[in-house]
Amino acid sequence: MPGYNHYILVCGGTACQSAKSEQIYKNLIHECEKVGCKEKTQIVKTGCFGFCEQGPIVKVLPEESFYVHVTPEDAKEIIEEHIVKGREVTRLLYDKSESKKRASIDEIDFYQKQFRIVLRNCGVIDPENINEYIARDGYMGLEKAIFEMSSEDIIEELKKSGLRGRGGAGFPTWMKWNFTKGAADPVKYIVCNADEGDPGAYMDRSTLEGDPHSILEAMTIAGKAVGANYGYIYIRAEYPLAINRLKIAMKQSREMGLLGDNILGSDFSFDIEIRLGAGAFVCGEETALLRSIEGERGMPTPRPPFPATHGAFGKPSVINNVETLANIPVIIHKGGEWFSRIGSEDSKGTKVFALTGKIANSGLVEVPMGTTLREIVYDIGGGIANGREFKAVQTGGPSGGVITKDYLDTPIDYKHLKELGSIMGSGGMIVMDEDDCMVDIAKFYLGFCVDESCGKCAPCRIGGRTLYDILDRITKGEGKLDDISKIKEVGHAMQKASLCGLGQTAPNPVLSTLHYFNDEYKAHIKDHRCPAGKCKSLISYHILADKCIGCGLCARRCPVNAISGEIRQMHAIDQDACIKCGECYSICKFDAVYVR
Amino acid sequence: MAKMTLEELRKLRDEEKKGLSRRNVENKDTQIIIGMGTCGIAAGAKETLDVFVQTLEECELSNVRVTQTGCMGLCYVEPTVEVIVPGMPDVIYGKVDAEVARKIVRKHIINKALINDHIYDKPSADIVGEGGAQ
Repeated sequence: MPGYNHYILVCGGTACQSAKSEQIYKNLIHECEKVGCKEKTQIVKTGCFGFCEQGPIVKVLPEESFYVHVTPEDAKEIIEEHIVKGREVTRLLYDKSESKKRASIDEIDFYQKQFRIVLRNCGVIDPENINEYIARDGYMGLEKAIFEMSSEDIIEELKKSGLRGRGGAGFPTWMKWNFTKGAADPVKYIVCNADEGDPGAYMDRSTLEGDPHSILEAMTIAGKAVGANYGYIYIRAEYPLAINRLKIAMKQSREMGLLGDNILGSDFSFDIEIRLGAGAFVCGEETALLRSIEGERGMPTPRPPFPATHGAFGKPSVINNVETLANIPVIIHKGGEWFSRIGSEDSKGTKVFALTGKIANSGLVEVPMGTTLREIVYDIGGGIANGREFKAVQTGGPSGGVITKDYLDTPIDYKHLKELGSIMGSGGMIVMDEDDCMVDIAKFYLGFCVDESCGKCAPCRIGGRTLYDILDRITKGEGKLDDISKIKEVGHAMQKASLCGLGQTAPNPVLSTLHYFNDEYKAHIKDHRCPAGKCKSLISYHILADKCIGCGLCARRCPVNAISGEIRQMHAIDQDACIKCGECYSICKFDAVYVR
Repeated sequence: MAKMTLEELRKLRDEEKKGLSRRNVENKDTQIIIGMGTCGIAAGAKETLDVFVQTLEECELSNVRVTQTGCMGLCYVEPTVEVIVPGMPDVIYGKVDAEVARKIVRKHIINKALINDHIYDKPSADIVGEGGAQ
């Protein structure tokens, strides 16, 4: 086998694929063939690099050239210049400085504070090639679990690691496994919850796309630990790439005897089936998920009985989230003690966050638990986009709350987030700046939960609707003073009386923004004013006489012809016709348009 | 592929590790930089590069990074190769054909001895970075 001189890693995550990375990959291969260096260059399509803001990403080794915003047309130049002549394509580099000491991936701020366990193979290996996973110590945890460890040993190792569920509630993983192991029924199931539904969160998708074997290995280890021989991966049909890569991975592991009967010649057998969900948010709730797997309508059922003893088809079942499972092979391979050294006191290991919103570098980041919000937002995320002022971060999606400027130095772990009235959730982190209205944000999340409520229990179905109507009224300037106490009353009732996590946590964004941004609610209700200038019913656009030079740009741009005025004369906005789209505000070069 | 036993899995992993470790750039303290200007390529730098990659593999050296660069300015002794080994002076070798390349790996990198009759220069200071002229 001839050695390769160059390795080209092309990001094949969903984000980069939607920006034509597939075509880049094909063009690179084509160009390589054309210049005759096919034998000397290995081109690999990997999982997500996480730095989605800069995608599509192409990395060339061994020079460690980190090319960003690559287009299919750039393939020719990368091959002809870099691969053939050994000259980096400077214009595509992330760090374009000419110095010899140019930034390699280890020096990019975005990657500096990250520590990758879950995303260890994403952006490194070809997810469709099992050999590359094996080369990165893949299936070593399984080896150990099958041939060297008893069920008790595996659970003990998990206990030592301190791993807690990454799907939201943060329940200790070893306890879940131990309950199921202790159940008397001989038939048990392992269920992987890949029904990722929080707006803005996509770490599970990226893990499945970039490293599907890690989930298969983890589920098999779980099977050995609790005495199950069959597993289900419940994944939403909206993740076609992840599903496809999982199918390829399952086929490969079956062929190689890592899945199926008598794994690696032992007497342990385990197999996995994929079940597709139709994308209902409530199906991420474990009892609703189980019903959906069974072919029933996806609705939650009361707990207890818990799935650990009465799960899929009434059998004891372990249900773990994708990110939780991705940690397992590493814990078994390197030991629970090693894992427990990472992270903070009550939260061990790392957490993947999907950083989105008004942030300069949006993307997937994995940091040790206990990293402060400031480090995540400013050091890794590069701060707020367009030089605006930081206002708050929303964590935990529609079940979470906001964290304000005053709490930027809080270490992010289960305990501290709870103290602030938010939750870890699945790890979505939506950054907001001064232009975001908190009432509007609360309304958005609540609207999501109202849409996604299954309607089975009254507190969620009626309470959610009532809360939404109140918020809608407030954003229209029709709020009443006692609305605030009503929000609290209905919200607390929902938290206590709802059947499942969806309804119990749906009021969280409202209560949390009400707590931290009470003034903003009052401004809407009392003064009929939206401080952020977001709520359309409460704002109007006007033109300043001393600044308007009469260029007519706004009048031409206005979609409803609401602006009139002679050229070189001051223009005026017809308030009745104005639809408050804000076009005139953003187009004016003289800051003559203002919001009131 | 047929179903594997534990031993076969371990064997496969060892084999695959070698391939992937060449992609891995961590823990690589030694560098071989090959001048790949037009002059270098014309003088056979491509073959030199292949020999380096091949020899490193034969000697099972995993701490060496082979990269390419442009013309180093010593066009009269192409192909030129810069070798950086910790604890040894950085040197530029000239007229590195296949045989010299093998010698560099065996003598310079493994036995830590310079090959005096092929040394033509030492790398110039980095004038862009700190410490150099502004």
